[in-house]
Amino acid sequence: MKFTFSLKPENFIIERDDERCIRCGACVQQCSYNAHYFLEEKNKVLGINHNCVGDGRCVAICPTNAIRIRQAENPYRPNHNWSKEKMMDLYEQAENGTVLLVGMGAPTPHPVYWDKIILNASQVTNPSIDPLREPMEVKTYIGSKPDKIEVVFDNKTKKPDIKTKISPQLELEIPVMFAAMSFGAISLNACKSLAKAASEMGTFWNTGEGGLYRDLYQYGKNTIVQVASGRFGVHLDYLNAGAAVEIKIGQGAKPGIGGHLPGEKVNHEISVTRAMPEGADAISPAPHHDIYSIEDLRQLIYSIKEATDYEKPVFIKISAVHNVAAIASGIVRAGADAVVIDGIRGGTGAAPKIIRDNVGIPIELAIAVVDERLRKEGIRNQASLIAAGGFRNSSDVIKAIALGADAVYIGTAALMTLGCHVCGMCYKGICNWGIATQREDLTKRLNPEIGAERAKNLLKAWKHEIQEMLGAMGINSIESLRGNRLNLRAVDIHEPYLSILGIKPAGA
Amino acid sequence: MKKLYFREEWCVGCGRCEVACAIEHSESKHPIIAYFHEKIRQTPRIVVERKGNISFANTCRHCEEPDCVNACIAGALYKDESGKVLYNPNKCVGCYSCIMACPYGAIMKDINRKERKQIVKCDLCNTRKEGPACAEACPNRAIIFEEKEG
Repeated sequence: MKFTFSLKPENFIIERDDERCIRCGACVQQCSYNAHYFLEEKNKVLGINHNCVGDGRCVAICPTNAIRIRQAENPYRPNHNWSKEKMMDLYEQAENGTVLLVGMGAPTPHPVYWDKIILNASQVTNPSIDPLREPMEVKTYIGSKPDKIEVVFDNKTKKPDIKTKISPQLELEIPVMFAAMSFGAISLNACKSLAKAASEMGTFWNTGEGGLYRDLYQYGKNTIVQVASGRFGVHLDYLNAGAAVEIKIGQGAKPGIGGHLPGEKVNHEISVTRAMPEGADAISPAPHHDIYSIEDLRQLIYSIKEATDYEKPVFIKISAVHNVAAIASGIVRAGADAVVIDGIRGGTGAAPKIIRDNVGIPIELAIAVVDERLRKEGIRNQASLIAAGGFRNSSDVIKAIALGADAVYIGTAALMTLGCHVCGMCYKGICNWGIATQREDLTKRLNPEIGAERAKNLLKAWKHEIQEMLGAMGINSIESLRGNRLNLRAVDIHEPYLSILGIKPAGA
Repeated sequence: MKKLYFREEWCVGCGRCEVACAIEHSESKHPIIAYFHEKIRQTPRIVVERKGNISFANTCRHCEEPDCVNACIAGALYKDESGKVLYNPNKCVGCYSCIMACPYGAIMKDINRKERKQIVKCDLCNTRKEGPACAEACPNRAIIFEEKEG
């Protein structure tokens, strides 16, 4: 044990029931943050509260349930302005003089509009539908839809045929996809789990800016490959291996900020997958240095379309920022097949805390304004709208679709199925659950067999719930709900947000 | 016959299997009583071997032709009709020949039994309906209980 002097108080208190502790040492062996240790001479297991990050690994692994982790109370005089967190951050910066890094989505109390939006149900005047007895379609197509459909009749047979050429589409069995998380940010076993779950459920997972590992090419038809500002792992086979290509401009957790995978995480496998030297820092610049305008973006979109023979839809992912509607309009006009918008609560493997907690706008408002703007301009059909950033359950998903999204991305929720406890220490690279780490002894803790099953279970459960909610509304297809804001009502949301969201208050 | 198989690539080295084994073979089958209040604390029949990043659980393979049974001078080790290699402590003379004979190091001295030399070995949780306790306790499916050919 080291006794370094620090002004920072502990965040968690490890409580051990000595009557239950059988001294098996599982907690000592499992904690990568070294929050437990064995005092052999006294035959006791003790905790180091300062090291505890509250990720629940010891609690889950202890065979006799002897461990409880409690949040440490504020040891200082309570002060609303100088909360414990603010003081801790300040002490940390006084010690290190650095930008504070964090992982996961913002924990700040920005309003979560999903919790203030409620859904409709059918009563008397229109019948609700029982999804267990009647067909209930939750299939969605992502891609550019034509302005009109031209039908021609064969002169001889008189059979109709569609003359209009339909742009490439992704067929989603459930309007939920796994968000971009790179091999590097998360472990290969985590990627494998998501890839397998997506392919078995008929939806998609996203490579993030980590390239596509050779074993994962088999999931290609359920993969969205990402091209981001660092261009890591991008080559012709990679672009053509996926079902769609996503150009990442921004990320909800860190709008306007690039990425940085520290060199110690860049092992042999990652260096090969990303096509970069082993042990070198993988730095993604903040902007794409070849995109300084919508016209530049159009060039990249069409370069990629050219490279993939116009067979793959191209997505553009941006973070939700102040002018998101106008930017989205430009993106659609630049030729994107789908616009992905990542809200302020979107997750990350590492971001400056000050950016994550203060930059961007809530995804609910972004979906509403983008859908509205594209409709008004008559170009809503030209691109699908995918929402991301802190989706927690199936009702968030269905509310997003009713607001105008086509589908959603889930990142944090997907990782939780793999064991993530949202401790936010992703950037440290020693994730106890084998997710946000590349250390071999830790990555093996995530068996992709189990991971894939659990991620698949989540999608299955959400699919059933979405069908139930649709049935209650008397709608038998998810596509009939899209942009159907009359099925939403607001409680405790006031102007001007009501008109931005385009929904009525409950009771009206 | 269903046997235990160990997957080194998924073993996290937590040792939950050892604890589950000791509890299952106790009188009370209660974690706290088994470890603190019974006359003899059970020695786990399964051991997690750890070195660096590598770890795996190890216990009896219930071999087709078990060397331990051949080596046993007292007839305390035997193979039953189902194929399990079992141990009868009443016949054991404590010579530890089986420990020397086992090529897997899967037979352990019963270190908690002070009055008499004995061994412990896996009985595939003979009386447990749900199958071996270790496989159930494993958080990462590193121990699987299944029927394999060959």
